[in-house]
Amino acid sequence: MYRIRFHGRGGQGMKSASRILGTALFRAGYEVQDAPRYGAERRGAPIFAFVRADRRPIDERGIIRRPDLVVVADDSLVAVPAAGVLAGLDRHSLLLINSHTGTATWRERLNLAGPVLTLPAAAEVADRAGLPHVGAACAGAAASLLGAVDRELLQAALEEELGHLGEAVLAQNREVALHAFDAMAAHSGAVRTRDEPPATQWTAPDWVELPFEGSGAAAPAIHAGGTSALVPTGLWRTQRPVVDYARCNRCWWVCSTFCPDSAISVNAERQPVIDYDHCKGCLVCVAQCPPHAISAVPEHAAALEGAP
Amino acid sequence: MSRVLLTGNAAAAWGARLADVDYVPAFPITPQTEIIETLAAWIDRGELPARLVTLDSEHSMLTAAGAAAATGVRVFSATSSQGLLYAMEMLYNVAGWRVPLVLVNVSRGLAAPVTLEPDHNDVLAARDSGFLQLHCASCQEVLDSVLLAYRLAEDAEVRLPVLVNMDGFYLSFTREPVSLPEAAAVRAFLPAFDPGSLRFRASAPESQAVAVLGGGPYSYFRYETHLAALSALQVYERVSAEFAAQFGRDHPAVEAYRADDAEYLFVMLGSFATKARAALDRLRAAGWRIGLLRPRLLRPLPQLLLRELAAGRRAIAVIDQSIAMGGAGILYNELAGALYGMPDAPLLASFTGGLGGRDIAPEEFFEIARVLRDAAARGVAPAPRLLYTHDELREVRKLQAIARAERAELAGDADE
Repeated sequence: MYRIRFHGRGGQGMKSASRILGTALFRAGYEVQDAPRYGAERRGAPIFAFVRADRRPIDERGIIRRPDLVVVADDSLVAVPAAGVLAGLDRHSLLLINSHTGTATWRERLNLAGPVLTLPAAAEVADRAGLPHVGAACAGAAASLLGAVDRELLQAALEEELGHLGEAVLAQNREVALHAFDAMAAHSGAVRTRDEPPATQWTAPDWVELPFEGSGAAAPAIHAGGTSALVPTGLWRTQRPVVDYARCNRCWWVCSTFCPDSAISVNAERQPVIDYDHCKGCLVCVAQCPPHAISAVPEHAAALEGAP
Repeated sequence: MSRVLLTGNAAAAWGARLADVDYVPAFPITPQTEIIETLAAWIDRGELPARLVTLDSEHSMLTAAGAAAATGVRVFSATSSQGLLYAMEMLYNVAGWRVPLVLVNVSRGLAAPVTLEPDHNDVLAARDSGFLQLHCASCQEVLDSVLLAYRLAEDAEVRLPVLVNMDGFYLSFTREPVSLPEAAAVRAFLPAFDPGSLRFRASAPESQAVAVLGGGPYSYFRYETHLAALSALQVYERVSAEFAAQFGRDHPAVEAYRADDAEYLFVMLGSFATKARAALDRLRAAGWRIGLLRPRLLRPLPQLLLRELAAGRRAIAVIDQSIAMGGAGILYNELAGALYGMPDAPLLASFTGGLGGRDIAPEEFFEIARVLRDAAARGVAPAPRLLYTHDELREVRKLQAIARAERAELAGDADE
């Protein structure tokens, strides 16, 4: 059985990567299981997705403990323990990191028993946050490293998974995926399956008897100061509300009352002021404003105009 | 018949589509929402001639589902976790109305604390509501079970609502190969619903009321519902045999995996049971005679079948993916009740694992097998055990240390 994990951040297309590879392997005649795993469904949060592929129906489920291949879309995750990028890696496991930093440095840094490769496709991109189509690149590289999927099957899988996004998007993804596929061609087949050892001897799980503890310690209550103000939830916004003060009739309460995040205050001149650090862009204010003085502007357009 | 990769959620939606449902009252909740989103997209594109209505809560959703089912249309809905609990009052009501509908529950652990990942306390809270329960272990089973559930629910001998359960993430968001049956074959297996005595109709005003009754008549109606649930055992035998003949897939009331000559058995519900299958394959390879029993039908409980399947074993480990605060394991109690009084009953051991999606490692299944063997040799059941490691406790200790520091900081602020 092949066991593959993709690690990235929400928005980088790790679920898509797992689906592209899963579909390619399914078309190649494998039984396949692919799935994303995440906690908070939030852009930028660490997520991973995994693929299992075997010639027989698959009974294993859930996280992959002993991966054959781990692909990392965002190298800043390698050092984040909670992301679990290095979990279960041993001498058998191949680690592929999408990174500007070279392979030699990563090998030195991580000192792993198994092979480490870097995906050179990333070297062409200056802005890591804007890394385009990295999910497709990861899927293409993984397909190449397995050696179980050819270019045609990879292209068919890309079309099946991304075709609904239109030909232009598909073409960009195809280019990136095939480039990554070719870039790994020298290592084709470097990822090998392994059988699980029979249960003749095993390390017993380190089970513990949970001690009884008082409710003062064992109730799941969190007490902390006003930490929510410290979290710039405005980063989640894709559309920003913008007030046209010429149209605002200074009613002073409608938008600020309806704002579910209390991100609109009213100043002494009875003008609404939006706290963009905490406005999540739900646009309830746009819908509620009686004189239609609030409009929605795509965040990327606002950023181009130098908005805060 | 085509074979495609589908998530459990998509498989559930396909089940509803192939069942040609008429009405889908809906309310979103993770990890179920993809089911109603998929159905909504199909309805929007004209691919499914059904009516989807979003309600203000799961309580209203179940009320609408039951009322619609009382008019004789085919009703589908889905929920999860807190949503199922919010609808709980209406679960009991709708079952009491004796109307058929199918409700998919995507299992997710209950608050507090909060988790998105699965365990079975949500669906087991509805265990005695009068809804029948089918528990699935694969995406294929989700699709097939929705079709089976309609046959079961609508059978004149049963006429009860059915819950089809799948685990969040482990099935809901996991794609697996699923055979999509042809629509014509499904129509042959599951013809249009014949509402029979159900007579509530639009444009024909009449009220359907439920009487307030004393203990005697009340007991009659409650017990009749119980008997209807029990009669679903025979009906399930019949419809699952028909299903197997039509589609070539066998879904027995209790799955028995490599159990024929087994001295030891795992007993589990849901998708984590496939992890047990993978582990016991490795135990078999090492010479163990061990198998798995997985009740698919939990309500009604196939007690006689469980007795037959348990007979002659040395020991059985029940692994509950739920917790009964202050009581014993729920599935453990179900099995213990079914086996009580049986001559030479196997020794029963109780384990709790997989709460909030906590993984169960292969080595833990191996160790459970070892515990079973030792217990059988001594003839004494082991104490109930939570599958939990020192590493996990250390992680909690870290969180508690952070919480203490935060609390101390707050106290310091208050003093100033």
